[in-house]
This record gives sequence, structure tokens and C-alpha cells, in this order.
Amino acid sequence: MSALLVLAITAPLLGLVPLLLLGPRTGERAALGMLAVNVAITAGIAERVAQGGRALGYAVGGFAPPLGVGLRADGFAAAMMLMAALVLLFTGLFAMTGPGDMTRKVNARGSAGMPSTFFILLLSLACALNLAFLAQDLFTLYVALELLTFAAVPLVCLEGKAGQLSAALTYLLFALFGSVLYLLGVVLIYGLFGTLDIAHLAGLMAHGAGGWTAAAALALMSAGLMAKAALFPLHLWLPPAHSGAPPAASAVLSAVVIKAPLFLLVRLWSDLAPLPLAQVAGPVFAVCGAAAIVFCGVVALAQERLKLLIAYSTAAQIGYLCLMFPLAASSDGPWSALAWTGGTLHLVSHALSKAAMFLAAGLIAETMGHDRLSGLGGVGRLAPVSVAAFGLGGLSLMGLPPSGGFVAKVMLLTSALQQGSWWIATVVLVGGLLAGGYVLRVVVIALQHPDSDLPDVRECRWRALIALALAFGAMLVGFMPLSPLPFLEIGRPLTWESVLP
Amino acid sequence: MSLLFDAVLCLLLLAGALGVVATGAARAAVIAFIGYGLLLGLAWVRLAAVDVALTEIAIGSGISGVVLLRCVRALPATPKAPAPNPLLRPLAAMVSIAIAVALGAAVLALPEPAPSRAADVATALPATDLGNPVTGVLLVFRALDTLLEKVVLLLSLVGVWALSRDPACRGRPDPLSLEPAPAPSAFLARVLAPVGVLVGLYLLWAGADHPGGAFQSGAVLAAMGLLLVMGDQIRIPATQNRGLRLMLLAGPFGFLAVGFAGWATAGVFLGYPPGAEKAVIIAVEVAITLSIAVTLGLIVLGPPAGEERS
Repeated sequence: MSALLVLAITAPLLGLVPLLLLGPRTGERAALGMLAVNVAITAGIAERVAQGGRALGYAVGGFAPPLGVGLRADGFAAAMMLMAALVLLFTGLFAMTGPGDMTRKVNARGSAGMPSTFFILLLSLACALNLAFLAQDLFTLYVALELLTFAAVPLVCLEGKAGQLSAALTYLLFALFGSVLYLLGVVLIYGLFGTLDIAHLAGLMAHGAGGWTAAAALALMSAGLMAKAALFPLHLWLPPAHSGAPPAASAVLSAVVIKAPLFLLVRLWSDLAPLPLAQVAGPVFAVCGAAAIVFCGVVALAQERLKLLIAYSTAAQIGYLCLMFPLAASSDGPWSALAWTGGTLHLVSHALSKAAMFLAAGLIAETMGHDRLSGLGGVGRLAPVSVAAFGLGGLSLMGLPPSGGFVAKVMLLTSALQQGSWWIATVVLVGGLLAGGYVLRVVVIALQHPDSDLPDVRECRWRALIALALAFGAMLVGFMPLSPLPFLEIGRPLTWESVLP
Repeated sequence: MSLLFDAVLCLLLLAGALGVVATGAARAAVIAFIGYGLLLGLAWVRLAAVDVALTEIAIGSGISGVVLLRCVRALPATPKAPAPNPLLRPLAAMVSIAIAVALGAAVLALPEPAPSRAADVATALPATDLGNPVTGVLLVFRALDTLLEKVVLLLSLVGVWALSRDPACRGRPDPLSLEPAPAPSAFLARVLAPVGVLVGLYLLWAGADHPGGAFQSGAVLAAMGLLLVMGDQIRIPATQNRGLRLMLLAGPFGFLAVGFAGWATAGVFLGYPPGAEKAVIIAVEVAITLSIAVTLGLIVLGPPAGEERS
């Protein structure tokens, strides 16, 4: 049993105590410290998984599943946790400092760093995400989703503007609707099998138990997760919520918050559902994903505001993961493993690049005082590092080398071609072209000769470097070999054998 | 006889649900919703789930009802929204009926008798010295879920506070009413609150061996606190008050501390010290109840209005 798994969930929560009891300055330093500790813990987990070559487990309270609740870290979960922890730490650093200087003025909303409520929510997100990646019990996962929702929704309306409030309310309604659907599915599963432990359920379902009721339960849970992940056609809440939030909040919402329900979708259909059922469901997800890529990509092209453009791009990029479902479930050969690696790398590289782009967009808007694309001509002279971070992050969205997006999309493309799914291959290429269209449009505008005199301000260099670091992170993922990553296969298929004593 | 009672209850539930949906006026709909929650509580009693019934009535009907009534009062009397498409209502009704029928079919298709972990819990419960298996599941076997649900509750209060005009979330929430409390309210608060607090404490104490527990008790105590506020017997506390914040944190972080202590005493996170399980569990329940009561009360009172200039 590895205590690191428990610490991954509880350590971020400890940061809440100084935030709620001590002053904002002390609280925020402690919060940042805990986010750094979170990175260390998740890195430790990833290192142990890689060293041992097998999953880590923990039976909370000493009660092994199915009576108790089990935590389990396999390669896939460890990779996602490390990615999320890094994004949260960088965003926390970004949010600490106000524009122009590192000495923040307390309580000057908008002009200084984020209020301490933001750090409470950031730490809670760290706990919720780690729990979503580690928990192996469907109800504990529901608790993780609730934590995630209640930490994410207030992020949207931190500044209390009317538009933000209505966006947050729409987000809340979609998210709660998703929770209810997910919980209904969980109830049906418990009524069928009398257990909620994923490893036990997978064993029972593999023998065809459950019939259509089990399929209906999985469908209900998937619909709930789709609403939370803003998967087409349930994406309507995402653009107003992600574009209206403050930049640091947008970055975590787009980069990591929607990744948890996506991760759980993969868990449900790759680890829990029996293969024949997953093969039926795969094409449905792929059609939703393809529609997201094409539809939201076109809408992103038509946007007039920078942050809305990035938000629509998020709704489009989610689609790539869904293309993975039929490819990963179609056969047990190396091509499905390649699709699996491609989908996971896409999740990771999109998180890093999208966080970089939202932070960069926030700095650009801060420099110019607005984010209307028509008025951003020549902003590259005022905010060169921010524009560079935006462009480098955009490489990953377009799928150009060297970037994580390139590697991920090549893997998905190869797998699709090898399996004869021509339409999926076409969608991957079309999506890349659309992303190229909307990213290059922004870069071209930013590098133009300015129409009028530019304001006499400069970007906040220190925070722009944080965005640039995230963009470089997305590029680094691009140096992965173009083959299935053995690390992601560690600990699959799910079982508690040799994980718990 | 019991069949007749159940049939009448089901019809009343359906009528209550229809009443909530069909009532045009927001205030009437909320009152119908509160009544519906009480009926639902009765249904849970009939299903021998007394713990769920108590929670449903205390939270689902009581505290939520007060929050909804406050919302109704804050809304403008005549909504300015345009009339919805006349086709929308029948369409929504048909979708709802289709979903209800499908869910009914799925529930009826579940195996009988239902597989469950009840036997495992019954075997493992004596080791904890608890009499109420629900408390056993909530605080021993699935303690992690309960601990994190307390964090969810704290987060929902943080979400309410985030709507404050003051970014540091200081000051007192706006009073529930601008006028001084009428004499009957003040009288009711003075008479009812001591009895209510006693009921709340009893629910907490009984929870270890009988239906009841932290959540039900916390909701009753929160209601009594609100009653005292409405009767002008106590002043709404300022949110930056250190003692108040400690009470908010006592439940989740006291529980977390017990969890960490489990490594020292039982060798595992969220394990209880052997031989002293029940005492520690009751201490955790007391801390959780305190936090639940304060958190629920503050959620009803709403965001703080900012630092006072006095």
C-alpha cells in the first residue's frame, strides 16, 4: 500500500486551513507551497509506477474493496495527475502576481493578483482531480465530480460581473444535470451487481452479466460525463463560461477541469465496459467527437474575440479524444495501443498548450485593455512573449511538429489508416486545418503593422514567461517516440491482485 | 392496509410533483416543493430507510425550502421573461414521461433480491461497536466519501461567499428582513429554539446506534440558528470571525486529523484506534455536526456584504 496516494488527495486540502484562518498573504504563499508539494507527490507516484512496473494501491481505512474504498494509480492515472499538478502550479504562480510588478496590492480587484478565494478553489481542484484519477469506486468518483463542480463553477464568476454570473449559472445547471445522470447510472449498477468497485465490476461484466440494464447504466453515466466535459452536443455552456472567467481561471478550466470527466469516460469504456459493448459505443463517441472538431472549429474561425476563439477551440479539441474510442476498442493489436497512446498524449499536450494560450490571451487583453481581434493589430510589439506563447501553444492545436499535438495526431491518424477508418483520418486532418486557420489568424493580426498608435504599456514579462514555459512543455511532449508508450499500459487491465496485500 | 397507505402515498407524491411543475407562481411552487419533500420523506420511512427520510426532510425540504423562499423574495414580482413557446411544455412533458418510463423499466429489470454489501457490513460492524449500520458505512467503511463530502459542503459555502462584493469575503451577510422581528417571531424563537436544539443533539447522540446522525442533527441545529436570527435573538455573525471559521473547519479537518492519526494508532489512513473506535467516531460526529450546522446556516444567510465602516 502506498501512502502517496492518500497524500495526493489530502495534502492540497491542508492548504485550505491557512487560507481560511490566516491573512491572504500568508494563505496564498501556503497555497502555492501546497501546489508545489502536490507536484512532488504526483511526480513521486509516477516515478514509483515507472520503477515498479505495476500499479500502486491503497485500501482506505484498511478495508479492501468491495467493502471499503480503494485508490489505485496506474500509468495512465499517474501521467494525468502529473500533468494536472504542473498546470495548477504554473497557474497558481501566474495568479499570485499583479500586472507589472511582483508586489501585489491586496484587495484591489482586477488590478492585483487573484483574491484568496481563487486559491481555495485551486487547491480544491487539485484534490478533486487527484481523486478522480485515483478512485476506483463509482460512488467515490461521484464525490470527486461533485468536488470538481463546486470548485470549478465559482471560478467562472469570481469577479461578479453580470455576464459571468449567467455563464456560471448555465455551467452549474449543465454540471448538476450531468451529476444526476451519472448518479442514476451508479444506482442501476449497484442494483445489478451489489458493488461499485471498478475492478470487481469489470470482472462481472466481462462475463456478459447485466444485459441491457448495464448498458443503459453505462449510457446514463456517459451522458452525465459528456455534459461535464462539454462534449458536442452538450458543449453549449463552455464558451461563455471559459471565455468570461479571469485568465488564470480560464486556463485551469479549459486545461484540466474538463479532463477529469474525459478521463473517466476512457476508464468506463476501456477498463469497465466489456469489449463488445465498447465496440458498439465507440463509433457513437467518434461521431460526437468529429462533429465537435468540425462544428466548433468552424465557429472558432468566426469569432471576433480572442478568448471566445480559444474557448471554442477547446470545445473542438475535446473531440480528438473521442476519435480514440472506436480505434482503441476495435482490436487488441498494436494499432489500438497506438490510438490509446495518441489519445492520452493529446489530453496532456492540449492541457499544457491551452493553459499557455489562455494565460497569454489574458496578458494580451491586459496590455491592450480589450480582446477584440480587430483591435489587436501590432500587439506583438507590446507583448512579444505572450504572442510567442500563444503561437507555440497553437502549434500543438494545429498538429505541427515539434509539439505534443503533432505526435498525438500522427498516432491517431496512423491507427485510423491502419484500421481502415478513412473518415476518422479525414476528420483529424480537417480539424488540423481549421485549427491552423484560427491560430494563424490571431498570430498574423498580432504581427501586423499597427493601424493606430499603440498604448504605452508593456506586457508583464514575468507572467508571460510562465505562459511560455507551459507552451514549451506542450512542445516537449512532441519529442516522444512515435510508438505505444509502455508506461501508459502499466496496471492494465484493472485488478487488485498484487496491488493490495 | 399498508398497501392502501402506500397507494395513497404514491398518488399524493405524483400529485405533489405535478403541483410543483404546474403552479405558475414561484412562491406557490416552492411551498408545493416543500410539501412534496415531506411526502418523499414518508415514502422513505415506508421503505424502512429512516436515515434517508430524516435527511430528505431536513435538507431536501427544510433547508433547501428556506433557500428557495429567499430566492423567490429576491426576484421581481412580475417576471419580464417572454412567454415560452406553447409547444415547449407538451414536448418537455413527453420527454419527462419517456424518461420516467425507461427508468421504471430499468429499475424493474434489476435482479430480485437485490445484491448488496449489507451482509459484509453486518459481519464487519461489531468490530466498530456501532449499532447503526448506516453510521458504520458513512464513518468507517466509506469514511473517505464522507470526509470529502464535508469538503464539498465547505466549498459550496466558499462559492456563496465568492458572490460577495468584497473580494476578501468579510463582513456580515445582509439581514433576512429590514424590519425588526414581529413579536410572535421573537416569542417563537425563544420557545422553540431550546427544544429544537435538544432534538438536534438527540439526533446526533442517537445516530451511533439508531437512525439519525451528523447531517440530520446539523440541519436541525442550523434551522434553530436561523430561527434565532429571524426572531432577532442573535446577531448574524461576521464571516471573518476567527471562531466562526474554526467552527467551519472543525468537521472536515478534525476528521482529516483523525484520518492521519489512524496511521499512528491503527497503521492505516482513516483507521480508528483499536478499542476506542466508538469514542473517536462520536468525537468526529460532534465536530462534523458543528460544521454542518454553521455551514448550512451561513449558506442560507448568503454572501457577506463587506467590511462595515463604523
